[in-house]
Amino acid sequence: MSDQSLPADRRPWILLSPALVFITLLVVIPMAFILVYSFYENIDLAVDVPAFQFGNWEELLTDSYYHTAIWKTLRLSFIVTVLAAVLGYIPAYVIAMTRYRHKWLLLLLLILPFWISFIIRTLSWIHIFGNQGALNGLMNLLGLGDLPIQIMYTEFTVIVGFIHVFLPYMILNIYVSLEGIDTNLEPAARTLGATPWQAFREVTLPLSLPGLAAGSLLVFVLTGGSYVTPLILGGPSDFLFGNLVYDAVVTELNWPMGATLSFTLLFILGSVVVIYSRFMGMNQLAKAFG
Amino acid sequence: MARVQLVDLRKTFGAVQAVSRANVVFEEGSFTTLLGPSGCGKTTILRMVSGLETPTSGDILIGDKRINDVPIHKRNLGLVFQNYALFPHRTIGENIAFGLKYRDVPKEDVARKIKESLDIVRLPGVEDRYPSQLSGGQQQRIALARAIVIEPDVLLLDEPLSALDANLREDMRVELKAIQDRIGVTSIFVTHDQSEALAMSDKIIVMSAGQVEQIGTPEEVYNRPASAFVARFLGASNLLDAQVVGRDKNHVVLETPEFGKTAVPLSHAATLGQAERAKLMIRAEKLTLGPKGNSGAEAVVETVDYQGQLARYFLRVGDTQMQAMNMIDEKPFLAGETVSLSLNPNACSALPEDKQE
Repeated sequence: MSDQSLPADRRPWILLSPALVFITLLVVIPMAFILVYSFYENIDLAVDVPAFQFGNWEELLTDSYYHTAIWKTLRLSFIVTVLAAVLGYIPAYVIAMTRYRHKWLLLLLLILPFWISFIIRTLSWIHIFGNQGALNGLMNLLGLGDLPIQIMYTEFTVIVGFIHVFLPYMILNIYVSLEGIDTNLEPAARTLGATPWQAFREVTLPLSLPGLAAGSLLVFVLTGGSYVTPLILGGPSDFLFGNLVYDAVVTELNWPMGATLSFTLLFILGSVVVIYSRFMGMNQLAKAFG
Repeated sequence: MARVQLVDLRKTFGAVQAVSRANVVFEEGSFTTLLGPSGCGKTTILRMVSGLETPTSGDILIGDKRINDVPIHKRNLGLVFQNYALFPHRTIGENIAFGLKYRDVPKEDVARKIKESLDIVRLPGVEDRYPSQLSGGQQQRIALARAIVIEPDVLLLDEPLSALDANLREDMRVELKAIQDRIGVTSIFVTHDQSEALAMSDKIIVMSAGQVEQIGTPEEVYNRPASAFVARFLGASNLLDAQVVGRDKNHVVLETPEFGKTAVPLSHAATLGQAERAKLMIRAEKLTLGPKGNSGAEAVVETVDYQGQLARYFLRVGDTQMQAMNMIDEKPFLAGETVSLSLNPNACSALPEDKQE
């Protein structure tokens, strides 16, 4: 390459500039507003006074209600991520390894749910687990009476709802990395003396870790930032940190506090991403996402 | 080390007959090549021996033991893949040690065995590198080291050279054969490359469409092909339609429009039987061009493929296309020239006509 007019090291920046402009205008600047807002003072419903005071941050740091929410959020995200990883690996493996000629059909089935609004998909669980739902109806039909325990509006339904919505992300990520593994590796391990399970554990599983890691991060962050699923499927105590943001902004009309909480959530989930990618190696993640 | 025997081995995929009734013995310590075009069933046989494919019927014996129902990981075979199939997340040392883990090899012996196998494939000291840091040829040596370090009963080689570039391939085939000679392991080599097969094998099994066409030494398969398919697949040959016009104690006499009567030695007509019609086969290098007027058939040179010390001529004799490969004496014959074409009957074979004809 002999391009004299432009030094080669400036070219990537020029190519990136449209994206950088958009990110600055639509992400960085609005977020700066939110940060500024977190120092404002809310004196009445929807009445905010520009100020530079730390009242909101102080409340966040001292009120244990917020700390509980952080703990709940991290805990639930972790549970959902682990379950999704375990449940997602199997279909991903099957789709990647099948000799079925119409593999695209299986992938299409995986993407199919995205064609229905995620709220409607979430609501559908009420018709399954609710008091008038399919499960209870089946119990009645079999003469077993009503369900002995409350399933709907518990943490269980929230977890089910999250897995329902986020599982395809996990499966697709694992699938992509499984798909990139040379199909001769497992047979090679087998001829060298490994049982099917050993061949999987020694070869396929470690080579699919980047996809598993990427899928897990994605599911963790998506769950941690959610508020709709617990709103629809959870009980009064099944709230996540995102629900506090929602309450502050929509219900209490206290935008400065909402801004403070938003920024906190962003910081927590951002830290997870940074620590995680340090730990896993960004290249690994890039490979899995790419 | 052991001999391998296939008894009436058959494999069908749906309606496709991939291998039909193969009966083959791979002698102990020998280097045997399964040769044929793609889809002829050679890889299927290899995969059935390795256990990666289950036979539809028939038996596979290693030594005296029937291994059809022995799972892959208990067969003690070394398999080398065309694309090397090294574990990318493991170092070379770990790749080679992989099979030793399952064989109760004492720890202190593992390092020694890794070192020995790397010496055998002439790549000492690469234990700590990763496969991606080695070239294709080097990776294939590691794959070989990984397969032989477990001291397999049988070494299976699935087109191990075809992913390498041409020069490297020729070096590697000499080396591979030398390694096999040295460790003396029974080896089954699959290839579609006739020169590899001829150069390396103790025995060649030529296959076509799931059938074994011929089993013999390279020299037998090349000089005395059993069928028109084998003659066409190995080397450049001319196959002429012929009429059997006479037989005596030592010869079969074939008549062709191009060369008249040719008495082919009976030893070169072993598969002909009592057929009335036959194919007269003559290798391109056994067909001699001479100046016009010499004895032989009159032919016109259509194209000359000049290759330095020899030339390949595409000729027309009457309506028949033929090819000849001759050493060049001073200068080659030219396109358009009329020449006389002579054949040595002792270099000809009389083959049965193709089955489908």
